[in-house]
Amino acid sequence: MTAYTVTVAPEGRTFRCPDTKSILVGIEHNGGADAVQVGCRSGGCGVCRVEVLEGTYTAKRMSKAFCTDDDVAHGILLSCRAYPTSDLVVRPCPKPRDH
Amino acid sequence: MAMSGVLRPGHMQLKVLDLEESIDFYTNVVGLIQTGREGDRAYFKAWDERDHHSLVLRGAGEAGMDFFGFKVTDDATLAKLEADLNAYGVTTERIPAGDLLETGERVRFEIASGHQIELYSQKTAVGTPMGDTNPPPWCAAAEQGIAPIRMDHALLYGPDIEKVQALFVDVLGFYLVEHILLEDGETDLAIWLSCSTKAHDIAFVRNEEPGKLHHTAFLLESWEKVLRAADLMSMNQVSIDMGPTRHGVTRGTTIYAFDNSGNRFETFCGGYATYPDIPPITWTWDEVGPAVFYHDRQLNPAFLDVYT
Ligand code: FES
Ligand SMILES: [Fe+2]
Repeated sequence: MTAYTVTVAPEGRTFRCPDTKSILVGIEHNGGADAVQVGCRSGGCGVCRVEVLEGTYTAKRMSKAFCTDDDVAHGILLSCRAYPTSDLVVRPCPKPRDH
Repeated sequence: MAMSGVLRPGHMQLKVLDLEESIDFYTNVVGLIQTGREGDRAYFKAWDERDHHSLVLRGAGEAGMDFFGFKVTDDATLAKLEADLNAYGVTTERIPAGDLLETGERVRFEIASGHQIELYSQKTAVGTPMGDTNPPPWCAAAEQGIAPIRMDHALLYGPDIEKVQALFVDVLGFYLVEHILLEDGETDLAIWLSCSTKAHDIAFVRNEEPGKLHHTAFLLESWEKVLRAADLMSMNQVSIDMGPTRHGVTRGTTIYAFDNSGNRFETFCGGYATYPDIPPITWTWDEVGPAVFYHDRQLNPAFLDVYT
């Protein structure tokens, strides 16, 4: 197990996240449940969507309703389905709901 | 109570991110029995359910509900309810027999909250592992995974729930069992409706975005089995939303958790038995916390914000 530092922009709060947990759960388990919104933790509800500003990760399957291939190409992903492989800087970027 | 008309929730079709992973989750963690597979859909029933399936998973690359279906007494009832819906101004569509495996024609319609609801009268009774003659009280499948006894109800999120209530009550024969009021003391935040003696067969929460799923509920037999379900969730790294705890509404014991696609499901036990002549129970806006989670006495942010 390796741990990395995840910084949540713009406030700059930092969290030590193990590579065995998703970015979201790593943040949540280190007292950051208010830094990124926690939802299903399973890639379906979209509330944990972030933009990765710096760093690398591996991602599992995510809902196409909230994360298109184009989003992924631009570093936008569901943080509950991505695992850190380096230190990271992320910024919450929830998708507006359809009304 | 002589039961006729709409009998019970019969099937939920759920969208999942990856069908193979979800088949594994619903078989080995939830403990349902797979009864069929066709194209991008897989069919499941609980060990104590007679009909061919109560849960259908569709590999869709996203989460959410496709439709929720109710079984009705017989073909004549289906035709009558279809005519009643049309007379009420609801457009219906007949889905051919066999579109869902082992299922007859379905009458599908959209309700004001944006959900697709279905009625059907025929589904093959494949039976339980215990059989119908001199059956034992349970079977090996009753201990495999969480192993609920049936798919019990659903809670759906969408707008115009007063119109939904009117349709379910005036056309489909449901009655209001409980409701939670907003601060104005008149408008409902949430409604629980029954077509049986269960405390709810379907429920709705008012939500701007239409057609959303809050949870599909599976029934367990005891509070001890709810605790066992929580143990199994932690053993399998299942994402738990809330619980084990109790609802004020229905008095049921509960866990809210998420499947591996982010669809919330509930392992539910209890809830009182009721009848259509019993006046509805009212919860006021300032007591919405204990209405939903009786011990925490407050809503978690995910209750209103997280759905699929
Ligand atoms: S928390 Fe639901 S998609 Fe990440
Ligand atoms: Fe429920």
